[in-house]
Parts: sequence; C-alpha cells; structure tokens
Amino acid sequence: MADVALRDVVKRFDEVEAVRNISLNIPDSEFVVLVGPSGCGKSTTLRMIAGLEEVTEGEILIGGNVVNDVPPKDRDIAMVFQNYALYPHMTVFENMSFGLRLRRTPKAEIRARVEQAAKILDITELLDRRPKQLSGGQRQRVAMGRAIVRNPKVFLFDEPLSNLDAKLRVQMRTEIKRVHQKVKTTTVYVTHDQVEAMTLADRVVVMNGGRIEQIGRPHDLYHRPKTHFVAGFIGSPAMNFLPARLQPNGEALMLRLSPELAFPVPPAHAARYRPSVGKDLIFGLRPEHITEPRGEERDPRYEFSMTVDVIEPMGMETMVFFTVHGKEVCARVEPTAAKPPGQPIRLYANLNHMHLIDPATESVL
Amino acid sequence: MTAAVAEYPRAGGASLKRNRRWALFTSYFFLILFAIFFLTPPYYMIVTSLKSDAEVAHLASNPWIIANGVTLEQYRLLFRETDFLIYFKNTVIVTLCVVAITMVVSVLAAFSLSRMRFWGSGILATGIFLTYLIPDTLLFIPLFQIVRGLGLLNSYWSMVLVYPTLTVPFCTWIMIGYFQSIPKELDEAALIDGAGHMQMLLKIFIPVALPGIIAATIFAFTVSWAAFVYPIAFLFSADQQVLTVGTVTSLIKADVYKWGMLMAGALVAAAPPLIVYAFLMDYYIAGLTAGATKG
Repeated sequence: MADVALRDVVKRFDEVEAVRNISLNIPDSEFVVLVGPSGCGKSTTLRMIAGLEEVTEGEILIGGNVVNDVPPKDRDIAMVFQNYALYPHMTVFENMSFGLRLRRTPKAEIRARVEQAAKILDITELLDRRPKQLSGGQRQRVAMGRAIVRNPKVFLFDEPLSNLDAKLRVQMRTEIKRVHQKVKTTTVYVTHDQVEAMTLADRVVVMNGGRIEQIGRPHDLYHRPKTHFVAGFIGSPAMNFLPARLQPNGEALMLRLSPELAFPVPPAHAARYRPSVGKDLIFGLRPEHITEPRGEERDPRYEFSMTVDVIEPMGMETMVFFTVHGKEVCARVEPTAAKPPGQPIRLYANLNHMHLIDPATESVL
Repeated sequence: MTAAVAEYPRAGGASLKRNRRWALFTSYFFLILFAIFFLTPPYYMIVTSLKSDAEVAHLASNPWIIANGVTLEQYRLLFRETDFLIYFKNTVIVTLCVVAITMVVSVLAAFSLSRMRFWGSGILATGIFLTYLIPDTLLFIPLFQIVRGLGLLNSYWSMVLVYPTLTVPFCTWIMIGYFQSIPKELDEAALIDGAGHMQMLLKIFIPVALPGIIAATIFAFTVSWAAFVYPIAFLFSADQQVLTVGTVTSLIKADVYKWGMLMAGALVAAAPPLIVYAFLMDYYIAGLTAGATKG
C-alpha cells in the first residue's frame, strides 16, 4: 500500500490541454473518486497514474517515488476497466493469475492468492469458466479479482460500473466498498456518476474542464460546494438556480427572486452576504429544501404559492416542477401533498440551506 | 378464451408462412443448381481418372460414366512413370516455407502497424495493401532479374523468395483488421499485468486473433500451392518443378493430352487444399468477417 501524489500535472494532446495543472495528495488506504462530466480529464488523470499516458508536465508520485518514467508494470498498480478487459481465451483462474504468472510467482502461491481473492469476491465456483460464459456482474467481479490477487500498492478503477444495469450497479457499488474495507488498498476511482462518487468515496475530487473544482468529503461537497459547477453537479435532482438580488431591509436582508417573490435572508447568513447587497447573484437551493409547509418548520415568511407544471412521482416522494420568472424549479414534496399539473400548490423554502453564487467568479459566497 | 382468440382473424399469418415456404423453396432450388454446377468438373475429373486410356480416347463412349470398369491404372502410371511425386514434394517444401515466412512476417508487421504508434504507420499500412494490388503477371519480369541476380533461377527456393511478395501484404492486411478489432483495454490490462510487447503478442494477441491468423494461413497456403505464373517463368527442370506447372508440362506433349493422368494428377494436387479447407473453413469465414458486426 502507498500514498499517491500529483504535483502540477499537465497533459496535452497536441494543442488540446486535457489536464490543466492539477495537484492532489491521496494518503495511504484512502478511497478517492474523480468525478466530472465527459471530457473533464478524469480518465486521463487516472491513465497517467497508471502509466498508460505520458505526463506532459509535473510529477506523479507513488509511495513517495516519482513514477513519470516508470512503465505501468513496474508501478505496482492494478486497474479495472470499464469493459472489464478480461482475456477472452483464458479461464477466470488464468485471467486472475496472469499477472502473477508473468512475475514467475510460485504455483502454490498463485493458487492460494487466486482462491483467496475468489473467496472475497464470491466467484470460487466460476474459476474454470471463460469470460463469455459469465454475466456482466460476474465479469466485473473477475476484473476486480485480477486486481486484488496482485496485492498492488494502488487500485485504479476506470468507470467500472458503467456497463452494468442500474440494479447491478448498486449491488456492485456496495461490493467495491466492502472489498475496499477488507483490503484497505489506496484506490483511485473514476466515474461520471455523482451518486457513485458520493456513496463510495472517502474524498471526492470534482473535475471540470481539466481542472479540479473542489476536493472534499462527500458531505462537505454536498452541503458546502465552493463553486457554481460543484453545486450544480453534485446532487440528484440537481440544485435549483435562480437569478437573485440582495436588498437591505433595515438590519436584515431580503432576497429578491422575482418581482413577486422575495424572502428574508436567515440571520445566520446575513453578515456573510451583506457585502454583496445590490449585486446580481445566483441563488441556489436543493429540491429537498423546497417542500410543502410542515408542522414544526412553519414560518409564513418562507411560504409561497406556485402553479404546478409537471409532477414526477418517485414513490416515497414526488418531484414538483414549477416556473419562477421563466426558470424551472424543482421541489420535493410528500406524495400526499403533490397537486396535479395546472393547480396551485403551497410550498415552503428552507433558506437555512441556501447558497449564493457570484456569477462573475462562479464561486459560492 | 380459446374461442375468443379464434374469433379474431390472424392478419397476414398464413401469408407469412407461405412466404417462408416460398423463400425456402427458392433457396434450395438455387443451392442445388449451384452445387451441380460446381461439382460437375470434379465429377468429370474423378470419372476420367478412373478410366483406361482406351476408353478415354474412344469418341463413341459416354464421357460421364465408366463403361469398361474402374481402373487405378492412371494413378499407378502417374506415380511410377512421371515425376509427379517430385513435384509434390517440391510443392510441399515451398508451401511450408512460404506459409511459415508469411505468418512470422505478417503477424509481426500487423501487430506493430495496428498497435504501436509510430510516424507513418498509417501510410505504411495502406502501402502494404497497395503492393498486393500489383498483379504477378507484371511483377514477374523485374522479379526474374532479381532471382537471376541471386543465382536462384531454376531452383524451387526462388519460389520461397518470391511467393511472400503475394502473401505477406494480403495476410498483413487481414491481420491488421483483426488486431484492430481487439479492444485496446486488453493490451493495457496486459501492460499493467506486467507483459512486454512480445509477451502481449504471444500470450494475448495470437490466441485472441487465432481465427484471423488461420484465415491468413489458409490464404498463404492456397496462393503458394496454386501459383502458376512464377514457377512457369523461373523453373525449367523437372527436379525443381512444382505441381501446377509440372503436371501440365509433363502430361501435355505438344498436341498429345494424357487426359487420364492429367485428371488423376489434378485430383491428387487438389486434395491438400481440400483437406485444409474442410477442417478450417469456420475459422476462415470468422477471420474474414471479423469486426463486421458488433461482438
């Protein structure tokens, strides 16, 4: 096991800069998830750590050693690919033991290690099968098994669950987490699915346009995003954004969202937002903080009425979509409180969880 | 329930069945027609090779049946009285060498052209294919000069030298396509597992691309077994001759055609490719159609 560090890493493909000067420290046995939209540079970063792409500038360190010029096989890493990349002509046992056989590990040890990994992943009965005889989930387990047997310093996962159906993806997610809790190997995991990132990671690295937007624990990213992008990317359904303006109201502040809709800023936030009075801002609030008025939270100043555009029943809750000044807003209400489209609905905005974004800097105030 | 279903007319059901029957009938009709068309020459060859010279020469007899009894005389004469076995031996040597050279060169070339990024690899790959498009009837004159310069004129080893000019480009092209259909992650996984380029080729690419390699082998085998232009240009004496030219030159003397022996010789010469195709046909088709559909 080892720590991984990236120092001012840049990757250029001809004229295109895919990764722009990123630095990251991953301590030993941490599970870090790189998340971001397509083309944000997350996979390229992972491939540079693996040694499958050369680093244009900067340094990558594994276990304290600079590995920029070390070939993949000598980096002591294992990688799980999106399409599994199992060798089709080999059995599961041969697939898992391939790396060990190349390193001329004694046969008895190979068998012991493969059997142990197979036991962890519950694939002991599949050892004699070939990849084409396995289901998607089983193939993914074998791919993980191939990584585990090597007992590497670092595990690298490149969107390993993208090819699985929704149900299996959730199941395998738990499996990956369980395996990491057992083997405690430093892990770098790439995904575009923010739910996967939130559920798996010790720390999440949100990337956008080749840069790191924010690094933090899932809880911090969700509740204290630093940028407009992170606020919008993390969370499903996504955070609602509306143009807003702060107005002084005696000692307090008023948040004006439209000529008809304004809320007093909770006193806890007022001091922080006071310097931004009069500026054009973006107001952000997650759907779960716009609900039907509930017993203990009732404060008529934060209640408002809207006409329902669309409803999406999810079972335990219902998403209600309405429009504020031409912008679509989503609220999360109890199924019994939802109203059919076209009808008015009474809602409550919990501004204790509000965010204000400066559109000039894209940073959260 | 059954009654309710029965009340609804099954729109188009009967016509679908009729269409299918008609399609099957048409398919069988043309398949049988083609089978007859293509099997007629081999049948004629077998029948003629099992007749005596007298019966073959007798104009009044029916050429499609053996009227005067089956005889293996033509085969006995072919093996005993002619140099057929020498031709056969020479052809086997030439073919084995050509196939071996072709496969080693083509597999290595295809692997490097499809997987190793280097300057000009794309142009080189296209260039290799273009050389295949030059017909051997044009190439044999400059090649004659080269073979003579090397002192290999009238030696079957010259065939081992020149046949790969036909086989290597096409086989490399087939295998480039096959290797490119192997997902890139497979070599990356092998790289991370600790394989070098040679191990990757031997332990991953060759086993995975086996159908493509077998297809290429069959092609190289067929070309060198059946080539005619080069041996007729470069080989003169019987002890160096190969089957295709040897059979024809030794059994056709001016206007005298030894039909019985010619047919027997052609049949024996056709046997090895027939056996190879019979066993490896599935691989051959799989190799040529690789990447045509999603796997």
